[in-house]
Amino acid sequence: MKKEENRKLTAAELPAGGLVEAGTAANFHTGSWRSEKPVWNKDKCISCLTCWISCPDSAILTAQDEKKGTVVSGIDYDFCKGCGICVRECPPKVQALTMEQEKK
Amino acid sequence: MIKTIYSKGKLAAKTGNEVMAEAMRQIEPDVVAAYPITPATEIVQIFSQFVADGKVKTEFIAVESEHSAMSATLAASAAGARAMTGTSSQGLALMWEMLNIAAGLRLPVVMAEVNRAISAPINIHGDQSDTMGARDSGWIQIYSENSQEAYDNMIQAVRIAEKAQLPALVTTDGFIISHCMEVVEMYPDADVKDFIGQYKPARTLLDVDRPYTLGSIDLQDYYFEHRYQLAEGMRQSKKAIAEVAADFAAKFGRKYDFFEKYKLNDAEIAIVVIGSTAGTAKVVVDSLREKGIKAGLLKIRVYRPFNVEEIAKDLAHLKAIAVMDRADSCSGAFAPVYSDVASALFSAGVTSPKLVNYVYGLGGREINTTHIAQIYDDLSQIASGAKKPSNTVEYVNVRIK
Repeated sequence: MKKEENRKLTAAELPAGGLVEAGTAANFHTGSWRSEKPVWNKDKCISCLTCWISCPDSAILTAQDEKKGTVVSGIDYDFCKGCGICVRECPPKVQALTMEQEKK
Repeated sequence: MIKTIYSKGKLAAKTGNEVMAEAMRQIEPDVVAAYPITPATEIVQIFSQFVADGKVKTEFIAVESEHSAMSATLAASAAGARAMTGTSSQGLALMWEMLNIAAGLRLPVVMAEVNRAISAPINIHGDQSDTMGARDSGWIQIYSENSQEAYDNMIQAVRIAEKAQLPALVTTDGFIISHCMEVVEMYPDADVKDFIGQYKPARTLLDVDRPYTLGSIDLQDYYFEHRYQLAEGMRQSKKAIAEVAADFAAKFGRKYDFFEKYKLNDAEIAIVVIGSTAGTAKVVVDSLREKGIKAGLLKIRVYRPFNVEEIAKDLAHLKAIAVMDRADSCSGAFAPVYSDVASALFSAGVTSPKLVNYVYGLGGREINTTHIAQIYDDLSQIASGAKKPSNTVEYVNVRIK
């Protein structure tokens, strides 16, 4: 079954004009491109959400907290490309994000 | 002489440009994006006046270049609009990148194109080098012998493009048709609108309930399939062209085909030509026929897609054929139409007619009945065996030495 799903479509099966249905980016785990990764320290984080709004890949995960509202809950490593913007944007006094070498 | 054929048709004196603009007014597309100065003719300028005067509800986008004109037109088409533009010469050349994208995305954009020479040197006169340069870009190409055909072709092109999911351009020869006034039978606005109907695209980018991506990257694994689809789409578009021509004949009374055969069936020698020169050649055919010479003519109306099976059948019985190109090729070999006709004949196993390539009329250079009579004379001599057919390009009315 899985093999059938991975089968590449023929010209007769493909929609004309290179049309691609929306939402397919979810199927591509661009996190595999990473050479360095950001590591989130839950205890230091003040959930200012600067990293969340700065992330070009929407890879900062959030959760709802009854008292604090929206809080940072982690990093989606399936899509984080390791650009380091979140680490740079995290306020200097907080330093809840640090960059580490990716271990493979 | 044009006469009314359609019961509600009216005769009007119009230039080729005016009649193409009138066709656009009657089609009343949702969007026209254009760069309405030289090298474009006044087609889109006239149309912009219709917009300013409130005669059409079209959104007119004045852009900063033809590259942008085609970008905006194809984008409007992708958004679900019926979109048109117009250009000529260097303008078409500047659109080159976007022409291929309009075709690759299978968007039914329609363009009024006036055939004018390509620079350098600068020249704005009748010459088919511009559209010949775009002949394999995935656009349907329909050429017109006169203003009536330009008008009728424009109306048909809208439906052809939408049926075939391919962009289409309709041309006239620069100045010879575009700026000359002729009598044209025009049909009432309502009847043209009724003929073309509403544009109902299967998918549009503005449909937020069924979103999709258009124009994404396509690498080794899928690009080839999509380009195959485009080439196959062009082959299949012959059906749409024939169906729309049949509907057009049923509605307005004028019959159109891929090729027009003029006294060709019993001919021994014939010219193959595109555009206004066909009209001049018909006069020569008539006078040769009076002298008992079996001369004929095949005019190519639809050049892309090229109906190879039909043209091979139509030309198989001839002894000698002159293929006239109003565009040269810097291939070091032959001009475009000749190459296509030769491959059509050869692939069908037709090898008996002697085939000669004549390049004529570049930059608006005169081509008259004397020049064409000379070509038929060459063909007569080739057919009788008195003269050997040239195996290189023959140039008409140019000072070589």
